[in-house]
Amino acid sequence: MYREQTLKKFNPALDNILYILHDLQDNNPEHYLAKEDIRACADYLEVPYSYVHSVASFYTMFSLKPRGRYIIRLCDSPPCHLMGSQSLLDYLKKSLDVKVGETTKDKMFTLELTSCLGACGVAPAMMINEEMFGNLTPAAVDAILEKRRKEL
Amino acid sequence: MIKAKINNVDVEVPEGTSILWAARKANFTIPTLCSHPDLVPGGQCGICVVEIEGIPGLKRACMTPLGEGWKVHTHTARLMEIRRQLVELILSYHDTDCLTCIKNNNCELQALAATLGINTVEWHSLEERLPIDRSSAAIVRDPNKCILCGRCTQVCSNMQTVNALAVNHRGYSTVITAAFDMGLGNSVCINCGQCVVHCPVGALYENSHIEKVWDAIHDPDKFVVVQEAPAVRVMLGEEFGMEPGTLVTGKMYAALRRIGFDAVLDTNFSADLTIIEEGTELVSRLKTGKNLPLITSCSPGWIKFMETFFHDMIPHMSTAKSPQQMFGALAKTYFAEQRGIAPEKIVSVSIMPCTAKKFECQRPEMRASGFQDVDFVLTTREIGRMLREAGIDLNEMPDEKADSLLGEYTGAATIFGTTGGVMEAALRSAYFLVAGRELESIDIAPVRGLKGIKEAEIDIDGLKVKVAVAHSGGQARRLMEKVQDQLRNEGKSEYHFIEVMACPGGCVGGGGQSWGSNMAKRARRGESLYAEDRSLQHRRSHENPSIKVLYEKFLGKPNSEKSHTLLHTHYYKRSTVDGDIIAEQ
Repeated sequence: MYREQTLKKFNPALDNILYILHDLQDNNPEHYLAKEDIRACADYLEVPYSYVHSVASFYTMFSLKPRGRYIIRLCDSPPCHLMGSQSLLDYLKKSLDVKVGETTKDKMFTLELTSCLGACGVAPAMMINEEMFGNLTPAAVDAILEKRRKEL
Repeated sequence: MIKAKINNVDVEVPEGTSILWAARKANFTIPTLCSHPDLVPGGQCGICVVEIEGIPGLKRACMTPLGEGWKVHTHTARLMEIRRQLVELILSYHDTDCLTCIKNNNCELQALAATLGINTVEWHSLEERLPIDRSSAAIVRDPNKCILCGRCTQVCSNMQTVNALAVNHRGYSTVITAAFDMGLGNSVCINCGQCVVHCPVGALYENSHIEKVWDAIHDPDKFVVVQEAPAVRVMLGEEFGMEPGTLVTGKMYAALRRIGFDAVLDTNFSADLTIIEEGTELVSRLKTGKNLPLITSCSPGWIKFMETFFHDMIPHMSTAKSPQQMFGALAKTYFAEQRGIAPEKIVSVSIMPCTAKKFECQRPEMRASGFQDVDFVLTTREIGRMLREAGIDLNEMPDEKADSLLGEYTGAATIFGTTGGVMEAALRSAYFLVAGRELESIDIAPVRGLKGIKEAEIDIDGLKVKVAVAHSGGQARRLMEKVQDQLRNEGKSEYHFIEVMACPGGCVGGGGQSWGSNMAKRARRGESLYAEDRSLQHRRSHENPSIKVLYEKFLGKPNSEKSHTLLHTHYYKRSTVDGDIIAEQ
């Protein structure tokens, strides 16, 4: 099971809690921290379950709900906003038929917002998992999503 | 000593005194919301900010030790405006249905708003009501009332080391809940209710049984019996404005009779019975040397704590039920038989200083009589409310006596209500059982008082019995870890007998005590119980005449088969994630 292997990589010190949670989330097939992940971390670090949940729920980079194969993070900071991220968001919501924070029925995409990605020069920008995309338009977004659907 | 000026008044206080307490010495009350005399200041609310000449910015009075030569101002126009704004912001997301709130007239936020002269709230941002958590048998949590002061999480994690409640999410979404919002009833919560007694507002309160008890009292077909825990007789007076610790046993009986209980009995009777059963258990374990130390089992908060975090100690636990449950089992058997009442007509009510007793009475194994042994549990606060509803003022009550059969008690029983009491009571009887004569000095001072873990060594006929007493989850944890280490490394523990109570101060500090309680009040209630003990004719449980009759007529002898069926219990192993039973021991 991935949990044991993940935990083995780190010393059981409280300083490592964020690294452990990131690793657990990355290795969870649904890209989130399940109750079992929280428990595994709590048991490994010998800290209360509620404490690990408290930490995980504080940081927006952790999800406590199952997510899709691809996590879309659309930049919501002022430069992207000025360059039309709002209408892109409306477009994404409509074409994926989800609200922010939700996952498509086929479990392919989860739509999230993010603070500045440092790519203001190519605003509006977004990330899909670890990949960066700029100068977005509805047509460009369609192409990017379609490519991922076909990769399956 | 530190010399300084607060609002131009000279003050002199020991080094390290916070500005908050120094100001009180100079007769200025700096308003606060999150600070509590028994807790470490966290500075969450910011209401207590003050100005110090020559130091930029504002300082929180609760967290800032007074400095030499400082000139502190506590009530400037700027500070008063800031405080008003802070409280208005808190009120903007607080559910202000004060008239129907459980804390109406006892709310620290309500009092603060009045003190600061707030007459309008400019902002309203409470967008949606969050669901009220009613999953627990003992405690209700209303997140709409929560002001995020953090007292409950501090007591839950630091004082009790239970960690059921935590601060979750962030910003506007911040909530104090059990992990994954699963509800206190589905968490490791031990139902001790320390969060309830420390909450400044109405965000935490007991799961009330008042309605159900009124229904039973008003039902002519029901015979409603009531028992009152030892600590209640030194607490109930506070509900009616009496000094903390006032002993009101006789008035309490009279008041309970007047609101319609059919038989007014006393948990103190079954506390004596607990001592006989547990004392016999102790003596037999001392003889065989098996499963020592013996650990007390009266506190239902401690029981769930042990089942969750220290279930390897189950063989060490006394199997004796708590006095509440012993009483419950006897009310629908022995009492019903002797009085000729059908047990199905009996409604058994207990009045407890405790919220965890509400959980305990609903445990599935607590049905020794063939019915739920104790039907309803009222906290001291709830019986105070019921008496007020019924127009009864405890101050005006005459002194009456409890009814017979399950009403008589000794001094050993009454001290159950404070930390160290069960230990002292058990030693008084164990000495007699082992040595065949009475303990000369009946007062066992080293196990008394509110200091941390207490230890003593008693010589019983050459046998040196080492005992320890812990009160609060945190102390229990420290003591159990020590015992576990000794058992693991040396094969045996230095202790023979351990008393644990889940609440600081024991039952006088329980989760069912009056609002606005603190350690100083708990201490006064404890002293009062020792005073009652001294005043009673019988001070050893085995001298209780009604107990002797009970064994002669009904139970046979201590630890007999019948006592085991009715008066003893078993424990479970519970999950550290959700408190669910994972195995039966």
